[in-house]
Amino acid sequence: MEAIERMINLPSSSFQAIAPEIILVLGALFILVLDLFLTRERHHYLQYFSLAFIALAGWYTAQLWGDTGFHFYDMIIVDNFRLSIAYTILIAAGMTILMSGPYIKREEVDLGEYYCLTLLATVGMLFMAAAADLIMIFVSLETMSIGVYILAAFQRYRVASNEAGLKYLLIGSFATSFLLYGIALVYAATGHTDLDGISRFLTNNPPAGDKILYAGIAMLVVGFGFKVAAFPFHLWTPDVYEGAPTSITAFMAAGVKVAAFAAFARVFMSALHPVHDQWAPALYWLAILTMSLGNLVAVTQTNIKRLLAYSSIAHAGYLLIGITAGTSEAASAMVFYLAAYTLMTMGVFAVVIYLGHKGEPNLTLYDFAGLGYRYPLLGFAMVVLMMSLAGLPPTAGFMAKFYLFRAAIREDLVWLVVIAVLNSVVSVYYYLGILVRMFMNPPEEEGRALPAYVPVGVTLAVSIAGIILLGIFPTPWIDAAQRSVMVALGMR
Amino acid sequence: MTPALPYYLTLSAILFAVGMMGVFTRRNVLIVFMSIELMLNSVNLAFVAISRHLNAVNGQAIVMFVMAVAAAEVAVGLAIIIAWFRNRESVDVDDLSLLKW
Repeated sequence: MEAIERMINLPSSSFQAIAPEIILVLGALFILVLDLFLTRERHHYLQYFSLAFIALAGWYTAQLWGDTGFHFYDMIIVDNFRLSIAYTILIAAGMTILMSGPYIKREEVDLGEYYCLTLLATVGMLFMAAAADLIMIFVSLETMSIGVYILAAFQRYRVASNEAGLKYLLIGSFATSFLLYGIALVYAATGHTDLDGISRFLTNNPPAGDKILYAGIAMLVVGFGFKVAAFPFHLWTPDVYEGAPTSITAFMAAGVKVAAFAAFARVFMSALHPVHDQWAPALYWLAILTMSLGNLVAVTQTNIKRLLAYSSIAHAGYLLIGITAGTSEAASAMVFYLAAYTLMTMGVFAVVIYLGHKGEPNLTLYDFAGLGYRYPLLGFAMVVLMMSLAGLPPTAGFMAKFYLFRAAIREDLVWLVVIAVLNSVVSVYYYLGILVRMFMNPPEEEGRALPAYVPVGVTLAVSIAGIILLGIFPTPWIDAAQRSVMVALGMR
Repeated sequence: MTPALPYYLTLSAILFAVGMMGVFTRRNVLIVFMSIELMLNSVNLAFVAISRHLNAVNGQAIVMFVMAVAAAEVAVGLAIIIAWFRNRESVDVDDLSLLKW
């Protein structure tokens, strides 16, 4: 017994480093069991318990704030970059669960597994932000993805949902094999899978035209590119976003993207930072193509969920600017941007849930006609959300773009920023186009009363408050984001 | 005498490419899914070879993780394929056409 203990040798304090994740796993299992004992009328208890577990995980995350170090044989990292990303993910998960309650009841898929899977996918996301080893990134990426595959196909009797899940699964696992191949090649070239080891190896032995290493980096870009929906790996995004249940679309658009960008940023900005000059040009062009394609195609969309899918592709393009710049300032701007993006995305999808009805036949832009005057509060919310998505002051979206572009200009990426600003101008056209329909077009049909979904309304209110708060008083948050990256290991 | 690392990496690259061809050219969802598994397993081969070459055991440990993850993915994948088949009565990727591809 003693020998085994000596062999395994896990310091008990380490478990604090993954306390938020442990809480969520236990919570997911608890909900699975609780589901068996609840009658249908009391199903909403599951939602409250899920939210309580997320809040508890948030509290444990707060306990870790300020710590730094590696745990579990350098598999898990604790630094403020991870923790601030973890907050964003927990907010995304909490808001998803909050708006799911009425939605899954309306769509008649009110099952306990929904909350269980959401929590487990959240655990995968948190571990992605915490991973300090390529293989840990792979395992947590899959933990997240497999949960989200099921959630995308959760409306079992709706073909569109099945199809979304199947497409996401096929393309997602295809992408994962690229990521894994990239990991294998980087391992072959450097002899390490831990990010710190790779970084040290590359600093000590600058690779001169090591083809295996560069092939590995290219494969990693492909793998992450699929997950963050960057051009030309974005083809699945509109289809999956359209077919998946709306609350899960929000979860994918915010949570999955935040987690994937966190891992993407950590791998490229810390482990592969010594070869920054080699991969930066590729990401430069990837950023330009991604944001241009996202914005230009979004202009032509009439289905709101597809429009938001292309808009999320465009935002992935802006975020790639941060990775291209590769400085700690850019990383903190990305943390801020991801938080702002999460709030905006959750708000917009809460509106989409409000407007939809059972089965969601055609959620087109025409359904927005005249809504602004009939429901002034909803109109106001949409004004704030659209201005923020387009990047107009005084919203969070503006400040996020401002910090990101400033960080890029400091790295002499002036043309990239010029193109990004032009892209933002294009995006104003379609975002404000929705507002034009809401306030200037006559309503299509008379008086379909909007349902009184209190939790969805709360989600919307939180997101609007957050957007305005981050937009008007950004300083404390950007300071926190900057400090968060300063502590991050391996980043300059 | 054991063959050198480049041979293994070449074999793994060939298997990976075969899997990729399968994904792009086959129309049956199940075969597409099998091709993806082939891609994952080609990477496993690379990991084992590299691990042997570097005289380090962690590459072989990674393979265990990859196999476990692949098994989970298969379980979920087949479940989703069955759910789709029940509604659509097809296993042809061309019938994934309700949402514009």
